[in-house]
Amino acid sequence: MFQLSHFKGGLVLDGHKKISTSSAIKPAILPARLTVPLQQHIGHTPELLVQLGDQVLKGQCIAKATDGISASIHAPSSGRVSAIDEQAVAHPSGLKALCVTIETDGKEQWCEPSALKQNYRDSSNQQLLNIISDAGIVGLGGATFPTAIKLQSCEPATINTLIINGAECEPYISCDDMLMRERAKDIVLGIQILQQVLAAKQTVIVVEDNKPQAIQSLQQALQKQAIDNIDVITIPTRYPTGGEKQLIKVVTGKEVPANGLPADIGILCQNVATAYSVYRAVYLDQPLISRIVTVTGDAINEPANFEVLIGTPMNELIAQAGGYTANIGGLVMGGPMMGFSLPNDTLPVTKACNCLLTRVTEDTRQIPAQACIRCGECAEVCPANLLPQQLYWYSSSKNFDRAQDLHLFDCIECGCCSAVCPSHIPLVQYYRFAKTEIWAQEKERKKSDNARQRHEFREARIAREKAERDEKLRLKKELLAKKKIEEEGQQAAVDPKKAVIEAALARVKAKKDNTTEKPKNTDNLTPQQQQKIAEADQRRQQKDNKDEAT
Amino acid sequence: MITALLILSILAAVFGLILGYSSIRFKVEGDPIVDQIDAILPQTQCGQCTYPGCRPYATAIANGEAPINQCPPGGEATILQLADLLGVEPLELNPENGEESGPTVALIDEENCIGCTLCIQACPVDAIFGAAKQMHTIISDECTGCDLCLPPCPVDCIDMVPVKSETTNWKWSMPVSNDSTPKAK
Repeated sequence: MFQLSHFKGGLVLDGHKKISTSSAIKPAILPARLTVPLQQHIGHTPELLVQLGDQVLKGQCIAKATDGISASIHAPSSGRVSAIDEQAVAHPSGLKALCVTIETDGKEQWCEPSALKQNYRDSSNQQLLNIISDAGIVGLGGATFPTAIKLQSCEPATINTLIINGAECEPYISCDDMLMRERAKDIVLGIQILQQVLAAKQTVIVVEDNKPQAIQSLQQALQKQAIDNIDVITIPTRYPTGGEKQLIKVVTGKEVPANGLPADIGILCQNVATAYSVYRAVYLDQPLISRIVTVTGDAINEPANFEVLIGTPMNELIAQAGGYTANIGGLVMGGPMMGFSLPNDTLPVTKACNCLLTRVTEDTRQIPAQACIRCGECAEVCPANLLPQQLYWYSSSKNFDRAQDLHLFDCIECGCCSAVCPSHIPLVQYYRFAKTEIWAQEKERKKSDNARQRHEFREARIAREKAERDEKLRLKKELLAKKKIEEEGQQAAVDPKKAVIEAALARVKAKKDNTTEKPKNTDNLTPQQQQKIAEADQRRQQKDNKDEAT
Repeated sequence: MITALLILSILAAVFGLILGYSSIRFKVEGDPIVDQIDAILPQTQCGQCTYPGCRPYATAIANGEAPINQCPPGGEATILQLADLLGVEPLELNPENGEESGPTVALIDEENCIGCTLCIQACPVDAIFGAAKQMHTIISDECTGCDLCLPPCPVDCIDMVPVKSETTNWKWSMPVSNDSTPKAK
């Protein structure tokens, strides 16, 4: 019923899967100490809920997902929180990150069930999404994107096709293969829950043709339960057909638009291990506290798949796989194409850890690079239709704008270009360098925009405060001046006593002026009278002179 | 003759009116080149360029009063971007303005803080939180690492620490290559 298509490029690689699929999945031994990193997914670090010295039970939530993109973390076993500190984690940087260390008590005591105990078919979509979210389920195909957020982000009933990814295209890894072989029934139950949440019209499980036992097991499970709305599709083995966009191209013939999501064209992909985790969360009320890890490679004695609690130290797992052979050369987390080298084997297993690959020789990527001879092999094999050579020029010369114009961010870092490069140029590392550099620049730009805004706001605030102070001062001054004038006016106009006094003073002054006038009896005098006055004056004068002489 | 003169005068008047109207209607607010320069500068507002903030320095560059090599926090990347924008030759960072160093963030030794508020007044981006006679602290996400809070502190309780490298902000380094391929410009 499905007309299979194919994607451009890719490689046919030697699978090396048989070496780890000869025995069934083995339960790993409970370690004495579990180191659980808080950041095991894409997005924000969850909020810590426990304190140093707390007793925790198996499955107890120890860190709650924050708003936005985040996932909860649960205690993988019961015990005591013996440390909350920064520990080395499995990350290409080799940096430390916040971890909760639990000293296990060996009792494996489960916490009280919290989820509703009823048939999931009677539960609403929101209830199911809450269960998936509370169980801390993330995409186990490698990207570790929180599953509940992925399911929630698509509009209701817009998903035509739900693709369950069981391709597992990378060499050596066989954890999904073994899960499908042994637990096909549970995977199908998990898929049915996803179908109900998404109201998907059509559901397919896609498996590469190098896993015939897994295909058979899935088909049997579907037949036994008489399920006819889920199909198993076998696709040719070709790396990287397990990549989301490549898988969609193969199954439906459609291409996901650049910078778009599969949901934009009505498709949603989930990994088989994710579907299995959903089954465990809904049916068994168990959060995501363990996963299947393939311990394999050419330098391990008994390669096998283990069901491992999150936080188990890798070296304990290696010991259970018979230990290293004498010619151990290095340890890689993930597959040989997309994995990264680990500095040591004491790091804890995380939700993202699908495979521990031991190598005898040094990584082929370590061979000294020579000059690019422009053979174009890389462009031939690129499954994303990019121009790896051009991206290499622009990334190595830090011309990031041009690299982005050539769709650097559509690169899925599959490593095909590096693998075929006759000059052994570590092409993918250049793209990773360019990508993280661009993200950092973007972050810096946002930060400086924020700083500019805050600075401008501060300047405006200071100016406003100054203006307000000046205005206040001005008003106060005005008020004072006004008061003074008014007071003077009041004194002059209103005070009656003063007016009376002033009037009296004026009268006195006028009187004074009048008194300075000469007596009127000296006017119109006869000559005799004038002479007598003159004589009298003369006598007075004489008398005054005499007084002065004596 | 008269008709020609008349027609030309009328045309001149009409175009003059159109130009006059559009100069008002489509007036460009501010100086766009200053905005473009300001967008490149790192906005630490540290004043190491001798101007009181990033925007005054941007204005000075736009007016041709300052060279493009006076911003130590921006370093080489900023100088290259400015040279690209303005079409001038890139210069070496002027050592008189300081040296390019990695991003830092201020850290208050909260034991010794006396709550004098002097650093709060000095911070150009309001990244210090506190009140008089209360302990102050840095909002590290907002701190630009400008060092301006260091001199006013009377008890010398502020340190500049390098921004911590974490798995969330870690960057892949450029692969060390020994190939002699000429690099694209």
